[in-house]
Amino acid sequence: MLLTKKDDALVATLEQAVKAPAGRSPWADARGRFMRNKAAVVALVVLVVITLLCIFGPMVMHYEFDTADWDAMKLPPFQGNHYWGTDESGRDLLVRCMIGGRISLMVGILATICSVVVGIVWGATAGFLGGKIDGLMMRIVDMMYAIPYLLIAILLVTILGREFYLVVLTITAFSWMDMARVVRGQTLSLRSMEFVEAARAIGVPTRRIIFSHIVPNLLGVVVIYTTVTVPGVILTESVLSFLGLGIQEPMTSWGVLIHDGSGVMDVAPWLLLFPCALLSITLYCFNFIGDGLRDALDPKQR
Amino acid sequence: MNAVLKDSTQGQEPLLSVRDLHVHFNARGEGLFPKKRTLKAVNGVNLDLYPGETLGIVGESGCGKSTLARALLNLIPATSGHVVWLGKDMHDAKPSEWQNVRKNVQMVFQDPLASLNPRMNVMQIIGEPLRTHKPELSKDQVKERVKQVMARVGLMENQLYRYPHEFSGGQCQRIGIARALILEPKLIVCDEPVSALDVSIQAQIINLLKDLQQQMQMALIFIAHDLAVVKHVSQRILVMYLGRVMELADKHELYAAPKHPYTRALLSAVPLADPRLERAKQIQMLAGDLPSPLSPPSGCVFRTRCPHAFDRCASEIPPLIAVNEKSEAACWLY
Amino acid sequence: MTKLIDVQDLNVRFDTPEGVVTAVNGLSFALERGQTFGIVGESGSGKSQSMMAMMGLLAANGSASGKALFNGEDLLSMPAAKLNKIRGNRVAMIFQDPMTSLNPYLTVERQMTEVLEQHKGLTRKSALSLAIQTLEQVRIPDAARRIRMYPHEFSGGMRQRIMIAMALLCQPDLLIADEPTTALDVTVQAQTMQLLRDLQRDFGTAIILITHDLGVVAGLCDQVMVLYGGRIMEQGSADAIFYRPTHPYTLGLLGAVPKLDHEGERLVAIPGVPPNMARLPAGCPFSERCPFVMDQCATVRPALEPSESDPMVLRACHRAVADVLRDAETVLPT
Repeated sequence: MLLTKKDDALVATLEQAVKAPAGRSPWADARGRFMRNKAAVVALVVLVVITLLCIFGPMVMHYEFDTADWDAMKLPPFQGNHYWGTDESGRDLLVRCMIGGRISLMVGILATICSVVVGIVWGATAGFLGGKIDGLMMRIVDMMYAIPYLLIAILLVTILGREFYLVVLTITAFSWMDMARVVRGQTLSLRSMEFVEAARAIGVPTRRIIFSHIVPNLLGVVVIYTTVTVPGVILTESVLSFLGLGIQEPMTSWGVLIHDGSGVMDVAPWLLLFPCALLSITLYCFNFIGDGLRDALDPKQR
Repeated sequence: MNAVLKDSTQGQEPLLSVRDLHVHFNARGEGLFPKKRTLKAVNGVNLDLYPGETLGIVGESGCGKSTLARALLNLIPATSGHVVWLGKDMHDAKPSEWQNVRKNVQMVFQDPLASLNPRMNVMQIIGEPLRTHKPELSKDQVKERVKQVMARVGLMENQLYRYPHEFSGGQCQRIGIARALILEPKLIVCDEPVSALDVSIQAQIINLLKDLQQQMQMALIFIAHDLAVVKHVSQRILVMYLGRVMELADKHELYAAPKHPYTRALLSAVPLADPRLERAKQIQMLAGDLPSPLSPPSGCVFRTRCPHAFDRCASEIPPLIAVNEKSEAACWLY
Repeated sequence: MTKLIDVQDLNVRFDTPEGVVTAVNGLSFALERGQTFGIVGESGSGKSQSMMAMMGLLAANGSASGKALFNGEDLLSMPAAKLNKIRGNRVAMIFQDPMTSLNPYLTVERQMTEVLEQHKGLTRKSALSLAIQTLEQVRIPDAARRIRMYPHEFSGGMRQRIMIAMALLCQPDLLIADEPTTALDVTVQAQTMQLLRDLQRDFGTAIILITHDLGVVAGLCDQVMVLYGGRIMEQGSADAIFYRPTHPYTLGLLGAVPKLDHEGERLVAIPGVPPNMARLPAGCPFSERCPFVMDQCATVRPALEPSESDPMVLRACHRAVADVLRDAETVLPT
C-alpha cells in the first residue's frame, strides 16, 4: 500500500488546508488579478458608462440629434437646456456626441470582430501548418503592412462608396494583421510545448489537438489584442471621417464631429473639445483595460 | 547481441526491439551559402526490451537519449533503422498502426507542469487517453477509472477538478503518471521524470514508479542523466554518448565493474553524499569538451576524450559486443 | 580577529499580492577566512534569498532585517555606493545559469576588463593580461585567443568557468556560489567542483555554496547548514551532518538521496509537498511533513540550540536526539 497510516494523518491535515473541490481555473485567476488592477477596473466602469450613455442617452434626451433649432445656434455649453451647447445649426451637441458615440463604437466593435476573426484564422493556419505555407502567408501580411492604408482607404471609399458596411470593411482590411501575427506566434510556440507533445504521445488526433489544446491557450492573447485593436479601429474611423471619407451625413460619428468642430474652433471651441475629450477618454479606457488584461493573463504570473 | 539476461527473461519475446536506429536532423551550416549539415542525434542504436523489466538509459546532454525515446513512439520520425513493437516492424507504418501501439506505450515527461495543458483540469487531463482510445466509455465510466488511477498514484479525489498550476511539481508529475497509467500500457517511457523535482519529492516519485511497475507488471524505460537515480529503478542500464551506445549491462555489474571508459568516468564523477569518500575520490577527468554532434569524431565517438584511446579507435567504429554474460561494451579494449 | 562573515538573525520578507511572505527567518551563522560553508535546502528553503539579501540583490518587493557583518561592517545597512565597492571586489557571486549571467552582447574580454577597471583602476592593457591569466587559472585552453569570443560560443561548463574567473578577478575574500553546477552535466560538474576546491586551496577564498545537491556539498564544504521553510533545521561540521545527522529533516534528506554505493532498494520519501511560504505553520515549518511530529511542533517553534549529543552542532527540534535516532529505522517512510 502506497500510503502508510502516518501518511494518512498527514494527508488529512493537508486536506484541510486544501481549497474547495472546484478548482481555480486560469480564467478565474486572471479575473481576480484584473479586478485588483484599480486603473483597469476604473477604466472598465467608465467605458461601460460611456457606452450605456451612448445607447440610452438619446432616448431620454428631449432633443433630436438632427433637429435644427434656428433660435439657438452656436450656444455655448452649460447655459440652459443644451448642456453641451449647440452647433451652427442649433443641433444639441450632447445628443450628437451620444449618437456619434453609437456609430463610432459600433464601427469599432464590428470592424474589430471582423479583423479578429480574419486574424485568428490566418495566424493559426500559418502557425500550425508551418513551412512554406507559413512563409507565404506571413509575406502577404508583410505586404499589407507596407501598403499605405490611408491612400488605399481613400481609393476604396471613393470607388465603392461610403455605406456603413463598406467603411467597416475598409477598416477591417487594414486592422487584421496584428492579430494574425500574434496568433501565429502563439500557435508556433504552443505547437512545441510539452503538453501538445504529450497529447501526440497519447495519440490524440490532430483535429482534437487544435481544438482542445491549442485554441483554448490562444484565447488569452486574442482577448488582449482585441482590446488593443478596438482603439486603433475607432481612431481609423475617426480619421477617415475627419477627412470626409467616413460616415455620411446625416449620420454622425466622433470623427465627423471633430471635423465639424475643427472648422469653427476659433469661435465655438466647445464643438471641438467635447467630441475630442470623449474620443480620448474612450481610447484611454481601452488602453488601460488592455494593459490590465495583459498583466492579468501574463503566463509568468502563474 | 542478446546475450545479456537471457536467463532472467526466460526466453520471452521482447516487447520492443530496436535495430540500427538512426535519427538525423538537417541543420544549416555556416556562411553565406550554407552546406546542408546533418545532426546525427541517434547514430545506430540497438536494444531489446522485455516485458516487465526496467531499462535505464543514461547519458549527458547531447547523447541523444531524449531523441531516442521520442523516436520509439514516432513523436520524432526515425531516419532509418527498425523499431519492432510486439513483433511488428513499424518501419513505414501507417498512422493508424502507430495509434494501436500508443494504446500500449505511454510517456511521462521531464517538466511536470509544462506537460499538462494549463486550461484543462485534472479530470480532463487524466481522462484524455481514455477518451481518445476508448470513446465508447460513458462520462461516468471515465470518471470512475480516473478516480481509481488517481488513488493509485497518491492523489486525492477532491483534486479532480483542480488545474495544474494549483499543484506542486511532484503532484503534477503524479498527474502525468496517472495519465500514462490509465490505459494500463505495457510500457511507460519516462523521460527524465524526476530531474525537475526536489530531492525529497524525487524519492517519492521514484518509489511510486517502482511500486507501480511491480503491481502492474509494466516495462519501464527510465531516462536520466543521474546514474544514482537510475540505479534505484532499473535492472539493466544503457549508457549513451553522442548518439551511440557505449555500454549495456546488468545493474549490479555496471556499478561494480564498469567496462567502458566513459562509464567509468561517469561513475567516478557522480558526487557522493559522504565527505570522506568524496574528498578521497579520484575523479577520472575527461579531457577536452563534448564534440559537436554535427561533426562527431570518426571511429569511436568517445576517442577524443578517452584516456585509453589508440590507433584503432580513430579508424573503426567499435561494435557493441558481450564482454561477459552480464555486460556489453562498445570499445576496442575488449 | 573579526570573523569574515557574521550573520545575525537575518530575516527576508516579500510583499506579494497574497500577503507578506517570509522567505528567510532568523538565519544566523559565522564564517572564518578560508572556510567553506554549504547551505543546503530544497525549493522554498530560502537559501538563495538569504544570500541575495546579503549582497543587496533582492527584488523590489523584498526587504531584509537583521545584521550581515562582513569584516565587521553591516552589509544590510550600508549605502549603495559603499556596497558597490564591496560587491565584485571583496565579495563575488556566481549563479546557476551561466548563459543568463553573462552579457551576450559583450565579449568575454570586455566583461572581464570592465570589472578590473572599475574596482582596481587598472588600465585596459594590464586588465587584459590579468584577465587572460585568470582564465588560464580556471583552465580555459587557449585563453588569449578565446577571451575575444562571445559567451554563446562557449559550452555550458566553460561559461561557468568564465563566471568563476570573473568572480576571482579581484581576488575576493568571499565567493558565494548559488547552485553553480546544477545546470551542468555530471562530468562537467565534477570538473567545476574540482576547480573550486583547487582555487580555494590556492587562494584561501572563503566559499559559501548554496545547493540542493548533498553530494556536491560533501565534496567541498567544512561546515553545513540545512534549511527548510526559511529556518535552520540543523547546522554543524560536514562530518557531523553527514555521518551523525540527528534532525528528522536531515535524516529524511540524506535518506532520499539515491546513492551509488547503497544496496538498499527503497529511498526514504518524506511525505507531503514543499512548504507554502505564504502560509507557514506558527511552529516548526517542517511539522507538516515530519514523521516524528508531536503536538507542540505545529504551534511552538523549536529554538536553535546546541544538540544534546554534540554541542558543536546546532539543532532546532522538539524531539530529543535519542528518540529520533532510536526510531529512525522504523519511522522514516519509504
